[in-house]
Amino acid sequence: MKSPGNQKIRQLIKPALHISLFFPAVYLVYGFFAGTIGINPIETITHVTGQWGLRILLLSLAITPLARITRSGWLIQLRRLVGLYCFFYAVLHFSIYLVFDLSLDFGFLVEDILERPYITVGFLTFVILTLLAITSPIRIRQRMAHTMITWNRLHQMVYAAGILSIVHFLWITRVDDTEPLIYALILALLLGYRIRTAYQKIHRRQPNSTALYQ
Amino acid sequence: MFNNIRKNRYPNIGENQVTDQALYEKRRHFIKTGLQAGLGISLSSYLPILAMASAQGLSERIGSAKNTRHLEPNDELNTEEQITHYNNFYELGTGKEDPYRNADALITDPWSVSIEGECENPGEYAIEDILKPHDLEERIYRLRCVEAWSMVVPWIGFPLTELVKHFKPTSKAKYIAFETIYDKESPLPGQNRRSIEWPYREGLRMDEALNPLSFMAVGLYGKVMPNQNGAPLRLVVPWKYGFKSIKSIVKIRFQEDQPPTSWNMTNAREYGFYSNVNPEVSHPRWSQAKERRVGELFKRDTLMFNGYADEVASMYSGMDLGQNY
Ligand code: HEM
Repeated sequence: MKSPGNQKIRQLIKPALHISLFFPAVYLVYGFFAGTIGINPIETITHVTGQWGLRILLLSLAITPLARITRSGWLIQLRRLVGLYCFFYAVLHFSIYLVFDLSLDFGFLVEDILERPYITVGFLTFVILTLLAITSPIRIRQRMAHTMITWNRLHQMVYAAGILSIVHFLWITRVDDTEPLIYALILALLLGYRIRTAYQKIHRRQPNSTALYQ
Repeated sequence: MFNNIRKNRYPNIGENQVTDQALYEKRRHFIKTGLQAGLGISLSSYLPILAMASAQGLSERIGSAKNTRHLEPNDELNTEEQITHYNNFYELGTGKEDPYRNADALITDPWSVSIEGECENPGEYAIEDILKPHDLEERIYRLRCVEAWSMVVPWIGFPLTELVKHFKPTSKAKYIAFETIYDKESPLPGQNRRSIEWPYREGLRMDEALNPLSFMAVGLYGKVMPNQNGAPLRLVVPWKYGFKSIKSIVKIRFQEDQPPTSWNMTNAREYGFYSNVNPEVSHPRWSQAKERRVGELFKRDTLMFNGYADEVASMYSGMDLGQNY
């Protein structure tokens, strides 16, 4: 892992991640003005931002297991970036809905949150992601070391966000459940892995687990 | 792209007067199969010579149909591209553009419609025979999908009442049931999956069917109905959610009991038999108060009975529309 070749790859990975995670947004903005994202572009934007928010959320959850399995601790540095991209798409998704579906009518928003379970769940997801995003800077993370809720505890809520966003997706699906069910399976595997390692840690079967990998 | 709702008003399409090659080929095929059908189906007073004349005439008849229902204030016509590239027709796939992409999978000629049940003239009729007696007209109607999007469409066809009268339902006929094409041996692309139980079924109460607004469409935008929009014959009931307007009809049955309908069979809590457009009764999962007119950015208010209350509300007086959704 320490060879100079690897070092180069590491340096390339961040920009590559930025480009690929930003690409869906570029595609949408371009397509909106060029008229290439379908007959009902607002619907396309809502769907695509929702999908990428969820996909990137799952990607962020996959980093820790990947780091452990490949014993590449440096991957952990990417979690914050990936997580913030998830939040970025969630903000876009929510804003499009607020502006174009509700015309910024906040009375309607409250009604929707209270009365439509899929919106309730989407909104909860959004609240969680917002909490995680504002506590993501290193400074805040360090300060939180002395508070009641530790940073790690708080950020474990990302699993709740994952579950809720899949429920949100399933609830608005009318017939074809395939895509949300695939996400559910991936999330189940990731969660299963975390539970297993946590269990192993308690039973001290894994000598080299470090706090860094939390 | 958001000025793409037509400013220049239809109708002024010159192109449908011009017979292009594809249309020409289609007509030849139509004539050929018309002849076969004429020999094979003896139930009606079917004359091959007449069939030829009427088959040749269909697109002309559609092209020259007079408009009897104009655009209303606050509505603009959706473009032909919007109407033909964005809709639901699960037989051709569940995506909004799937029907357009898979349109070729639907073979519309030869086509026959089976008329069944409580009527004096049941039988299997070639589509040409179904259409022959009726004058075609153009009507511009709003279409409101249950998914909260909407369009304004210039349909060409004839009143459903005319069709009903032609087959003389008996006094026992309280409802009319419709079915979309479904051939188990060669299902349409979307019928390979049991997203709903095929064939697609819809139905109306007899007074709804006889309401002057109920329409059988065979074309749109001055042209023969594109396959993806439900060729060759579809229902249009503009005060109900779009899924009531069943496409590519192969069976019409007069009956005493309320017929089962596909979305109600799939999820009775979410989709009722009536499915009248109603901004006050929300779908269990989303609000029906607003809709996005395709081509517009912001949502607009949904109108009671999709804006046709004056013509249809009396049929439901005394009914609890929250219960009978
Ligand atoms: C306040 C928060 C949210 C609101 C109001 C909201 C609203 C919506 C709406 C209106 C739709 C489209 C429904 C339809 O097509 O009928 C949707 C779809 C979706 N949303 Fe959200 N959402 C929220 C938060 C989230 C979050 C945080 C995520 C994921 C990280 C998410 C993921 C999705 C996904 C995956 C879809 C389905 C996309 C598809 O159909 O392909 N949503 N959401």
